[in-house]
Amino acid sequence: MAQMTMIQAITDAMRVEMKKDESILLFGEDVGKNGGVFRATEGLQDEFGEERVFDTPLAESGIGGLAIGLGLTGFRPIMEIQFFGFVFEVFDSIAAQMARMRYRSGGMYHSPVTIRSPFGGGVKTPELHADSLEGLMAQTPGVKVVIPATPYDAKGLLISAIRDNDPVVFLEHMKLYRSFRGEVPEEEYTIELGKADVKREGKDISIITYGAMVHSSLKAAEELAKEGLEAEVIDLRTISPLDIDAIITSVEKTNRVIVVQEAQKQAGIAANVVAEINDRAILSLEAPVLRVTAPDTVFPFASAEDVWLPGYKEIVETAKKVINF
Amino acid sequence: MKSKTLEQVENQFETFQILNEEGEVVNEAAMPNLSDDQLQELMKRMVYTRIWDQRAISLNRQGRLGFYAPVAGQEASMLGTHFALEKEDWILPGYRDIPQIVYHGVSLEQAFLWSRGHFQGGQMPEGVNVLMPQIIIGAQIVQTAGVALGLKRKKTNTVAITYTGDGGASQGDFYEGLNFAGAYSAPAIFVVQNNRFAISTPVEKQSAARTIAQKAVAAGIHGVQVDGMDVLAVYAATEEARERGLNGGGPTLIETLTYRYGPHTMAGDDPTRYRTSDLDDEWEKKDPLVRFRKFLEKKNLWNEQQENEVVDQAKEDIKAAIKKADAAPKQKVTDLIGFMNEKLPYNLNEQMDEFKAKESK
Repeated sequence: MAQMTMIQAITDAMRVEMKKDESILLFGEDVGKNGGVFRATEGLQDEFGEERVFDTPLAESGIGGLAIGLGLTGFRPIMEIQFFGFVFEVFDSIAAQMARMRYRSGGMYHSPVTIRSPFGGGVKTPELHADSLEGLMAQTPGVKVVIPATPYDAKGLLISAIRDNDPVVFLEHMKLYRSFRGEVPEEEYTIELGKADVKREGKDISIITYGAMVHSSLKAAEELAKEGLEAEVIDLRTISPLDIDAIITSVEKTNRVIVVQEAQKQAGIAANVVAEINDRAILSLEAPVLRVTAPDTVFPFASAEDVWLPGYKEIVETAKKVINF
Repeated sequence: MKSKTLEQVENQFETFQILNEEGEVVNEAAMPNLSDDQLQELMKRMVYTRIWDQRAISLNRQGRLGFYAPVAGQEASMLGTHFALEKEDWILPGYRDIPQIVYHGVSLEQAFLWSRGHFQGGQMPEGVNVLMPQIIIGAQIVQTAGVALGLKRKKTNTVAITYTGDGGASQGDFYEGLNFAGAYSAPAIFVVQNNRFAISTPVEKQSAARTIAQKAVAAGIHGVQVDGMDVLAVYAATEEARERGLNGGGPTLIETLTYRYGPHTMAGDDPTRYRTSDLDDEWEKKDPLVRFRKFLEKKNLWNEQQENEVVDQAKEDIKAAIKKADAAPKQKVTDLIGFMNEKLPYNLNEQMDEFKAKESK
């Protein structure tokens, strides 16, 4: 075991896989010599050469097309979108092309592409760097959407994403890149996509969340514990498809739920989680399922992040509302 | 008044022609090296495709075909470019480019199933390197850059070719695809079939550029404008582009000047709303079949009987293919679910069970 930040775990996952599988190509804007704007691909071009780790022209749509074409000719592409706010430029390649490749060819072709991209607030980035746009991807049949919250999860999930023979959008929260270290095995291991993880056990309320909100939820759980309330924190890890079993098992145990996301209320995937719980476990509920989200405005100007982004205080407040319903 | 720079640029893109409208060779030096058999085969394919187009329009009107984008007039552009390819080359067609993929190994029956909207229409045969016809105009261009880079990295000695129309050259993906292929010196051939209209919008409303071929300059790649009604010129330009790609010279943009005699698609488009009959007449005279027929007749390589044989064969094949398409199994939701992922996620597994139960009732 080694102590790694999440970004080190991500680099490690790519290194481990690229060593094993020569068909993996890694490309994007400034991922080569520069090692990526966050150093996620640091050292990989030196190790694997320019044929396998290379820079692209500055055009997201072209990068998406490149990944599709390379996938068709037997490669396994890992493409990087420098910030996920730029996904709109490449929306067609992802949502209308690679997501549909297996289907529209009746299974003859597929797109084994991993799309890595940073997102997330709290680090005062300029416009359209931090937006949480995972909801758009989660609405797209044919792509899986993975959002790790710890170094350990990031490595195991990224290895699974790379090995998956269908497109996977792998979203990396910028605030979690270097904010803490965690134990990460040096060898290869996988975490199955579509599987949630109980990050804290509890009996009084379930907090279902993902991304940076996992840590805010854990902090909220500590606060609640001071008042004798035991919250169970479920980290979804994959937001499409959802781990229904894990969600329902927890709901049936605690009978009270909140869903926490950094995205705006009309975005993200919280509404979907609520709907699934209503469909499958309404008789277990002692109270309605409430959501903690950001307000339905455009992502805030950098110096307004603190008042806009949801934090542990809102989570505590909403949890109490549900418990005292 | 045009600037000198602009004029100089445009002068670099004179139309390349080998056969004139009378079937006379006007550029002997550029004459491609094709055997008599090959010349006859080219003519056969063009005649066959013209008949197929007529039949497809008729079958569409009878409701026996679905989506169909007519090709009459573009036979030289489509089949001349295709004839210069090798079996292992990749084709990324647009929605109008069905003849190319059929001559690359897709069956007529499958083309008809694609038109109707059946998954078997997209199940390209193993070893036939073609993608399904692309509906998103421009998407095939960026994907071609990727396929071509893949072929280069694998040292396959093959190329990727793709097609779009004059309207498509206005898309961002068009520029990005050319530019990526150029930056990686990938063996790609980008064909713009300029039939002067994107549905009702004339090419002059797409761009102030006098040629589309000159857009290659923006990517720093080779560009050429060809008489798209002249099958020999189209063939020669493609052959040259292929050689360039394989020899490390990078991609080529080929603009073929052509015309579609029919509507944009069979979904209610009416060209009389936006095209004058004078323009139609002018382009009828340029018919690629007429001039190539004259050329071959002068060489004693073509006669009426040969032509009739092709016509009969085409009609027969089409009849048989439509019959086969009729016999394709009806699609079930469980089929569609099955094609979504290698391993189905929970939601699709659940829905698979639901629809299995429904379908077994």
